[in-house]
Formats: sequence, C-alpha cells, structure tokens
Amino acid sequence: MKKSNIIMLLAAILPLGLFLFPLWKITLEAPQYPTPLGMYIYINDFADVNPHDIKNINLMNHYVGMKYIPEAIPEFKIFPTVIIITSILGLLIAFKGNYKWFLGWFILMVVLSAAGLYDFYLWEHDYGHNLDPKAIMKFTNPDGTQMGFQPPLFGTKLILNFTAHSYPRLGSLFLALGIAGAFVAYWVGKKSKTVQASTA
Amino acid sequence: MKNTFKLMVGLLMAGIVMTSCNNQNSSNNKANGALSSSAAEKVYVAPGEHDEYYAFMSGGFSGNLTVYGLPSGRMFKEIPVFSQYPTNGYGYSEETKPMLETSFGFVPWDDSHHPDISQTNGELDGRWIFINGNNTPRIARISLKTFETEEIIEVPNSAGNHSSSFITENTEYVVAGTRFSVPVPQRDMPINEYKGNFKGALSFISVDPEHGHMDLKFQILMPGFNYDLSHPGRGKSHGWFFFTTYNSEEASTLLEVNASQNDKDFIAAINWKKIEEYVNNGGGTMMPTNYAHNVYDEHTHTATSTMKKEVRVVNPTDVPGAVYLLPTPKSPHGCDVDPSGEYIVGNGKLSANLTVHSFTKMLDAIENEKFDGDAYGIPILNFDDVLAGTVEQPGLGPLHTEFDDQGNAYTTFFISSEVVKWKLGSWEVIDRKPTYYSVGHLMIPGGNSRKPFGKYVVAMNKITKDRYLPTGPELEHSAQLYDISGEKMELLYDFPTHGEPHYAAAIPASIIKDKTQKIYKLAENQHPRKALSDSDAKIVRDGKNVHVYMTMIRSHFSPDNIEGIKVGDKVFFHITNLEQDFDVPHGFAMIGANNAELLIMPGQTRTLTWEPKQVGVWPFYCTDFCSALHQEMQGYIRVSPADSDIELSWSLGE
Repeated sequence: MKKSNIIMLLAAILPLGLFLFPLWKITLEAPQYPTPLGMYIYINDFADVNPHDIKNINLMNHYVGMKYIPEAIPEFKIFPTVIIITSILGLLIAFKGNYKWFLGWFILMVVLSAAGLYDFYLWEHDYGHNLDPKAIMKFTNPDGTQMGFQPPLFGTKLILNFTAHSYPRLGSLFLALGIAGAFVAYWVGKKSKTVQASTA
Repeated sequence: MKNTFKLMVGLLMAGIVMTSCNNQNSSNNKANGALSSSAAEKVYVAPGEHDEYYAFMSGGFSGNLTVYGLPSGRMFKEIPVFSQYPTNGYGYSEETKPMLETSFGFVPWDDSHHPDISQTNGELDGRWIFINGNNTPRIARISLKTFETEEIIEVPNSAGNHSSSFITENTEYVVAGTRFSVPVPQRDMPINEYKGNFKGALSFISVDPEHGHMDLKFQILMPGFNYDLSHPGRGKSHGWFFFTTYNSEEASTLLEVNASQNDKDFIAAINWKKIEEYVNNGGGTMMPTNYAHNVYDEHTHTATSTMKKEVRVVNPTDVPGAVYLLPTPKSPHGCDVDPSGEYIVGNGKLSANLTVHSFTKMLDAIENEKFDGDAYGIPILNFDDVLAGTVEQPGLGPLHTEFDDQGNAYTTFFISSEVVKWKLGSWEVIDRKPTYYSVGHLMIPGGNSRKPFGKYVVAMNKITKDRYLPTGPELEHSAQLYDISGEKMELLYDFPTHGEPHYAAAIPASIIKDKTQKIYKLAENQHPRKALSDSDAKIVRDGKNVHVYMTMIRSHFSPDNIEGIKVGDKVFFHITNLEQDFDVPHGFAMIGANNAELLIMPGQTRTLTWEPKQVGVWPFYCTDFCSALHQEMQGYIRVSPADSDIELSWSLGE
C-alpha cells in the first residue's frame, strides 16, 4: 500500500472519534455558580458536564423565556449517519483511489463541516432569540430591540450575569485531524506522482 | 490550495489549544501565615477560603450539634439531633418525628454532651460522628456525608447518659455509661435503700462497619457508683475501656457533701474484648426491657422507630479478669488515655494533683494480684502499683486532659480557670494560660485518637460574663482558641458557641469536605408519597385524611390552588423538591400550622400535617429565598365548612 493511501486510511478512520468524544462544550460562569454550569455536545447527544447541569441551565433560562434544551434534535440522527457514510467513503478511497480522490474527500469534508457549523449556529440563534412571549423577564438592547441570549459559536461572551464560553472539544480535533490528514495524503500522493513522472 | 492547508493547520492548532486549556483549577490556598506571629493573621480565613478543620461542638442543653470552622471560629451549621428544630422541621415533619421516639414516648429535647468521630486503626476516618443524649439516655449517629442525624438508639437501664459516647479504635463499639445508678430493672423502692441495690449500667453498642447501624450488644451491671466519663484504650491498651467514677460512697442524698468523703474513688478498667468473647459464647442473661431504636433511611427520606424488648446484661463478677478498679483521687471527672495507650489520666476534680496511671503497671498488678480489697467482688488494684506519676499542684479543679502529637498533655482547671500544658513521663508543668472563664472540656483535633493534630486547642468555657457585648442575663457560652504549635501556648481568639458545649471533636477538613453530599438524587428517592414531576401532583381523600402530593421547583408549587378541604380534615402535605442543584432548598409554611415549617432539600420529600380549623381561603408560601421569583412562590387553600359538598380540586396556572 502506498504511503499516501495509508495516510488516507488513517484520515478516514479519525472522524469516528466523534462517537467517543464530545464535539463542543458550552460553559456558563456566574458568581453564584462556583462550579460553572456546562454542556457537552456530542454528535448524537447533549450531556451534562456535572450531573444535572442541563436541567439547571433550563431552569435558569426559563426566566428569560428560552426553550428547554431538547432531549434530541434531528441532527443527532443526521450527523452520525453522515460521518459513518463519509468514513466508509474515505476507506474505499484509501483502498482504491489515488491522490485526486483524496482531495475530493477533503473538499467534501470541509463543505460538510462548514454546513454542520452553520446548522449549529442556526440552532444557537433560534435557542437564543426564539423566546416565550410570556417570559418572566424581558430585556431589550439599547436600541430597543429584544435582547437575545445566543451563546457564541466560538469564543467567550458576556450574557447578562453569565460569561458563556463555547469551544470545540476532542471530537472536533479528531474530525479536524481526519480532514487535514486527507489533505496531507493528497499532498504526499501528488508529490510522489511528480517524482515518478520526473524520474520516468 | 496551499492557503487552505495553512488554514487547516491553523484550525488544528486552535483545536489543540482550546481542548487542553479548559481545566478549572480552584485554588485552595491555606491562610496560615506561617511567617507571622500575629494572632489576627493566624485566625483570619480570607473571604471564599476554607478553614483547616471542622469542629463539632456539642450543643449541651440545645440537644443538638453545631459545626464550626477552625481557626476562624465561624459557625456553619446546627445539626438537629435530640431536639425538635423548627428551622427545618426536624422532629415536626412526619418523616423525622420517629427519630425522637423513646420508651417514654415522644421526647422533643435532650442534653447532648460528648461527640466522638468514627475511627479506623485508631485514626479519625470521618465517616460518622456520635453523640450522647444525657437526660433521656440515647446515642445518636450523624453522617458526615450528609451532616444529618441517621440513627438514635435509646439506652435502657441507664439514667444520665454521661460517660458516653466514646468510640473504640476501629469503631467496633460506641460506649455509653450511666451517671446515675438506678434500680435495674426499674421498680418502686425506697431511695434510701440505694446502697448495694442500685446498679450502674455500662453499655457497649456495636457499630456495623458498613452502614454504621447500632446494636446494643451488652450491658455490664456495675456497682451503684456514678460513672462520669470514659475513654477507650488505644494501641497497646486497645480492648480495654476506662471509666471514672465518683460517689463510690453510694450516697443518695446531698451528694455534694456525702459523695465527696472518700479520699479516693475509682477508675473502672473494663476488658471489653474479654466480655465480648464471653457474650459471643452465650454468656450473660437476656433481661426484658423496652427501648427505642430509630433509623433514618436516606432513600425513603423517612425514619422508623422500633421498640426493642430485651437486652443482654453481664454481671462483672461472672467474667473473672475482665473488670478492675484503679483507686483515683478524688471524684475524678475526665478519664483520658494518651495517644500511645500507656497513660490513663484521672482528673480528680476535687484534688490538687493530677493522677496518671500506667497501663503496663496495671497489667503487672493484675498478673501479680496486687489487690487492695474489692468492691462487690470486683478487685481493687493497689494504688501505688498502678500509679505512673503525679502532676504536682498544677492548678485547681482538673477536669479534662487531651494530648498533642509531641508527648504533651493539656488539662483544663475549672476552679482556677486555666489550661495547663505538661509533659507525659516527666510530669512537669511547661506552661499555663488563663481561660475566660471557668473552663470545662478542651479539645485538640483528633484528641481522642492515636493521631492527634497538635496545632490548636479549643477551651470550652462555662461562664461568659463580659467577653462579648452584653445581651441581657442569658448569654451564649464562649470558646477560646489557642495555638499550641510552639513551646508556649498562645491565646488567639474568642468565639461564642451555641447552647452549652460540653465537649467537641474536630477533624482536618481535607478528610471529609470532598465527600460531603450536595443534593439528594431524585432518581434515588424512594419515598412512598413522592411526586417526581408536576404531572405526578395530585390530591387523594381518605376519609378525614387528605393527602396532597405536591412538587416544588423554582418558583412554584404544583398544585398551587386547592379547593375541597373542609374544617376537621387532617391535611398531609407530601412535598418533593424537584431541584437537583446544590443549595437550592425550598421551604413550606402553612398559615396556622401548629407545628413548624418544612425546609426541603433538592431531591427530598417531606410531609407536614395541617388541621384546618377555620373556614376561609388560606395561603401557603415558600420560606427560603429560592430565586428572583421567590415572592411569587405561593398558593391558596380553600377551606369549606365540615358539611360542605365541594369536591376536591386543584390547579396550577389556570
């Protein structure tokens, strides 16, 4: 097996780490929460960082009319399917394909990941802005528009008395390594092809 | 494409950094001020920082146990034990009322004296703390995970349960001795026939190593002296227990004179391992009696009370070689064993000297039968043959001694109001410091164990007088904290204590603080009348009894409005707190309830009984400021005349 194909093989397997490790983590800090509230986002689940965190986030957020974080969202079915299909695809390419296919898989994964991130953003936006009209407390921005409570997609943001952090976790790293690996496989494959061509 | 690659590598690096730098390290700096000799710095625990030790002070006539921090002297909690506690409904709620059942019926108060922390291999293990009820003899076990009273066992044949509750070095037994001797079994007889007829029961209550459950294994029926205090042997003397006695005169009237005539009273040395073996082989006799055993179940959140009907009693002369008397001047109070187990200190409260016995010499005197007569068949050992040494004229009125880890002893002197430090073995006085005023017990963390933590001593004073701003005739008692890490003691701090602390026990916070419980898990709630969601809320009538299954969560009750209750009903509010967050209790108060409020911890179910007497619409509300909408957490109950035919109904948000 060619070196580039071995790299591609690894690249195709790596995203499966998403089934073991969380994709993302959102942490909420406030003075009265010396142990911050936190939520892990897995490819197929929301999970407490400490026991009952999601329940407590829900309890707190209902004051401003935010919906309860759902037990399940359609993405929990779609994302795992997409990852399994792309991994199988990647494996087929690793065994059968050449460097051009690696680039194709790389582009596919970048596009899908971007789509996933955009979907996550949409969900966050809805979660932070689609508020219950009977909310107990209503806040407005200085310009008079209704204040939203959307957590940041990536980074740290002050939301009322909470500091919200939103950052990728180990699962994302596996995905990123897989995607990057495909590009490396492409690069290595292309180089050896060029060398073969020049020595021929 | 090159740029895309760089971008990917960049993202990759960001991912690595983000995923690895998210540890929330809580700083845990100790404010010890090692370089400073300032007393203020030594007791200052900065905002947000934690004390080095938990101190558990007995409540005395409050019947409870209070939790303090050392060195700050800040009070953290009062744990209700033997007394009803309207603050959280202990002893008022249906779940906790059984805890206070006794053979005398419901006893809502006691006098709690001597806490002692469970041990493994002679060292504090921080699993439970035990404390005695002095007045209606009982022993309680308190969990150091939940800081709640989990079990109370009554001690029959006892009266004035004072030489209690002390723990053997693997928590095999919690030991309870009677201060008042009484007729055993109790009967109608003339008081002046006390002598020779009354008995002093010393009770050995076994502790289940897994769950801590207590079982009264045997009682030794000793002569009718007063058994004042006790301590276990440890190390080489493990297997023995020592009790001070006074009134060896067996006087039954005007004891202050008549019980102070003998030059020497006794320390009773009990070889409990020998008696345990005797009992395990069927020794002793089962005596009919009646005593309560009350156990709280953390999962049902409910206590049950069971009456036990017999107890195994042992006549000490039936077990040769198990019980001896060590003559000790003069009406000794504290009976204290040093960390090595060699020295047994008798604090003869009417003596000018402190008497220290040697365990090695005691064994030798027993072996060589160096006896000086007997009392009711129990051999009295020859005083000079068991004496290790005497601390000459250290002060007036020695009461109680504890030890550090450097071979020093610290004794309180009630009459001369001082703490005296002296050296074990050489018996020389090293230092003395005044106390304010009239000190009773003192306490060194781990003082009743093989491994004391000799950094602080706390003196518990009986008289407060002018130490704080005056508050009328009735004052709290006062404790004083001394630094004993140096050659000389240094008084650091005064702090008031709640009730009347007789004794205390302290433990390094590091042993227990990370094991303490934050909430009760709803998933583990096995209360038969729990409601686990708003949809479980319901009301069931059973004749005149009405059971309300209610939930509470920030910030509403479910149901909040109830109709169909009638005058003459008995309403049971079974309320479950659905919160699962640390420190979010809710309270429940009902207008006109003739008992107390309920303070319900997250995941817990509690029941309050209310008997409506007046027609009208009556509110209830949450008493614990639970959220920004706490003031909105309320409900109404419509009470109709007894002959009304209004059906039960309830609602939320309609």
